[in-house]
Amino acid sequence: MRRRAGLGAIQKQKLEQVKYREKGSEIQENQFQQMSKQLEVFRENLEEFATKHKNEIKKNAQFRRQFQEMCAAIGVDPLASGKGFWSVLGIGDFYYELGVQIVEVCLATNYKNGGLITLEELRTRLVAARGKAKKHQEITNEDLLAAVKKLRIFGNGFTVVPMGKGKWLVQSVPGELNLDHTLVLQKVSSLGTAWVSNSILMDDLGWTQTRAQSALSYMIREGLVWVDTQDPNETLLWFPSMFADCVSA
Amino acid sequence: MDRFEYIEARLFEGENYIKRDKNVKIYDGDDKTQFTDGEVVLTTHRILWGKPGDIPRGLVCLSLHLYYVFCIEEESGGVFGLGGPKRIILNLSPSLPGKRPGPAVVSTYHFLKLSFKDGVDPAFFKALYDAIAAKEWESPSTVATSLSVSSPTTSAKPSGPTVNSKIRSGIVGIERSIEEQHRATDQSISVAFQDLTKLMEKAKDMVAISKAISAKIREKQGDISEDDTVRFKSYLMSLGIDDPVTRDTFRSDSDYYMGLAQQLSDMMVGVLMDCGGIMSLADVWCRVNRARGLELISPEDLLNACKLLQTIDAPLSLRKFPSGACVLQLNSQRDEEVAKNISGLLEENETLTPVKLSQIANVSVLLAREHLLITERLGMACRDESMEGLAFYPNLFLRESAS
Repeated sequence: MRRRAGLGAIQKQKLEQVKYREKGSEIQENQFQQMSKQLEVFRENLEEFATKHKNEIKKNAQFRRQFQEMCAAIGVDPLASGKGFWSVLGIGDFYYELGVQIVEVCLATNYKNGGLITLEELRTRLVAARGKAKKHQEITNEDLLAAVKKLRIFGNGFTVVPMGKGKWLVQSVPGELNLDHTLVLQKVSSLGTAWVSNSILMDDLGWTQTRAQSALSYMIREGLVWVDTQDPNETLLWFPSMFADCVSA
Repeated sequence: MDRFEYIEARLFEGENYIKRDKNVKIYDGDDKTQFTDGEVVLTTHRILWGKPGDIPRGLVCLSLHLYYVFCIEEESGGVFGLGGPKRIILNLSPSLPGKRPGPAVVSTYHFLKLSFKDGVDPAFFKALYDAIAAKEWESPSTVATSLSVSSPTTSAKPSGPTVNSKIRSGIVGIERSIEEQHRATDQSISVAFQDLTKLMEKAKDMVAISKAISAKIREKQGDISEDDTVRFKSYLMSLGIDDPVTRDTFRSDSDYYMGLAQQLSDMMVGVLMDCGGIMSLADVWCRVNRARGLELISPEDLLNACKLLQTIDAPLSLRKFPSGACVLQLNSQRDEEVAKNISGLLEENETLTPVKLSQIANVSVLLAREHLLITERLGMACRDESMEGLAFYPNLFLRESAS
């Protein structure tokens, strides 16, 4: 190409570069859309296959592995049995599958709710993660409760607490592994006040009312805190173990 | 071991040397092999292993193509992870037909370990990780050389009119070829999903395509889905068990539980180490089943298998807390170990309350108290019960009488 000189040429070159770049991002955008479409097709197909051909897939060891790999890459749940005839009698995989999915939802949301989730939210998340098919929408709270019941033999590490009015709270972290109380203690010692209240936990740690309440009532039960009802707004809880630090500070 | 090939230590075209390390032993799965005290060379395409000095001289050595490796992890030396990682575990995909002969024809394992006498050099691990992620061998300049050993990249390409001899240039050319590629992929997906047998035939291609798509989308969007649950699911399933133990393959229930216990221990040791050595059984059950895929086990089966962990000398065991919650824990969490650990902390801090310990050790208050009570029960701590609550001190009787 002949080299051109002058201001006009430089401007022209710049213009060209911009155009090339635009074209480049356009192509990329296009490609991304294509990929997203393929992902959708893949997802639908995998979901369908998982339901229809479960037993055949199970039989072939090598293919089973490959199927699992595909599901993992695309984010499809291979466990998608419907509530068949047998599941009514508690036989079959349906409730086990549901159980796995329930624990999974709890684990995945653990980091923000501390192992406490309402049955309603649990169901919404579970259904969303299971797939789009209609039969997934039909999973009821009763199904979930029945599935959780099967986990009872693991002791009370995974429990459903009735909240009245048909509402339930699922607790997935046993007290021994619950770090919420440690978080409360950390919060108090960083405040340097030796007391804490519901609203502090909710505002500062972003907890829900239920989570804050359950952590604090546990501490009251265990005798770790003293209850102070003098504040007109809300109950304050004092940590005797931190009095000394407070005074000396 | 069956993925290795014997080959003269020479670089392919387009292949580059990355890093080397000495005193490396190869394990076939968990078994020792005759290949000890060797030298490992990492290239952009392969891992080479040879007796010291053999590789620089270009003599015959062992070669493992990196495309077999789909994930790597570090393994610690002792059970308690003292002294840093000693081994790298390479998880391998099945060996491909048409490979050159190697030291073994078959192997029951789908992973192998490289054991480093002086511990794993983090830089080596990083380099290996990067080399696998970079997939240098898929870049076009190397296709010609890897063709001779039937690389999966060639078979992974979607079938259809992708092989183009026409040379196009310009932006339109690029656009058109991208479009064509998409069309080919679309087509191969729709063919593969016609019915199950078709899908089984094309499974390998489809796995590759699914991974390519998700990689591309991850790159652009961060992850395949906004949903926490879907992401977590995806992660859990990618840690799959190749060959889940099933009831049908065992004659009696007790054999079945034994097998299950063994697999459980193999799978969970690493997981437990990553998450503080303790995990609730519900959590374990979910992870195990996700890794098994479609072969679910019931909570009862898991509990029975857990009870057998001690009889097979597994490094983990079942524990039931006084509250009734069941957990799986590493043996480093066993009473004696805990007491030793806590009494050390007592010496350091002079006195500990459950609250204080929970903050030091980052465990729950309940567990901290449990640990202190265990220590007390084993005679390594003394309690001080007062208005301010329960506190523990080191047991001076032990020390005084010893000196």
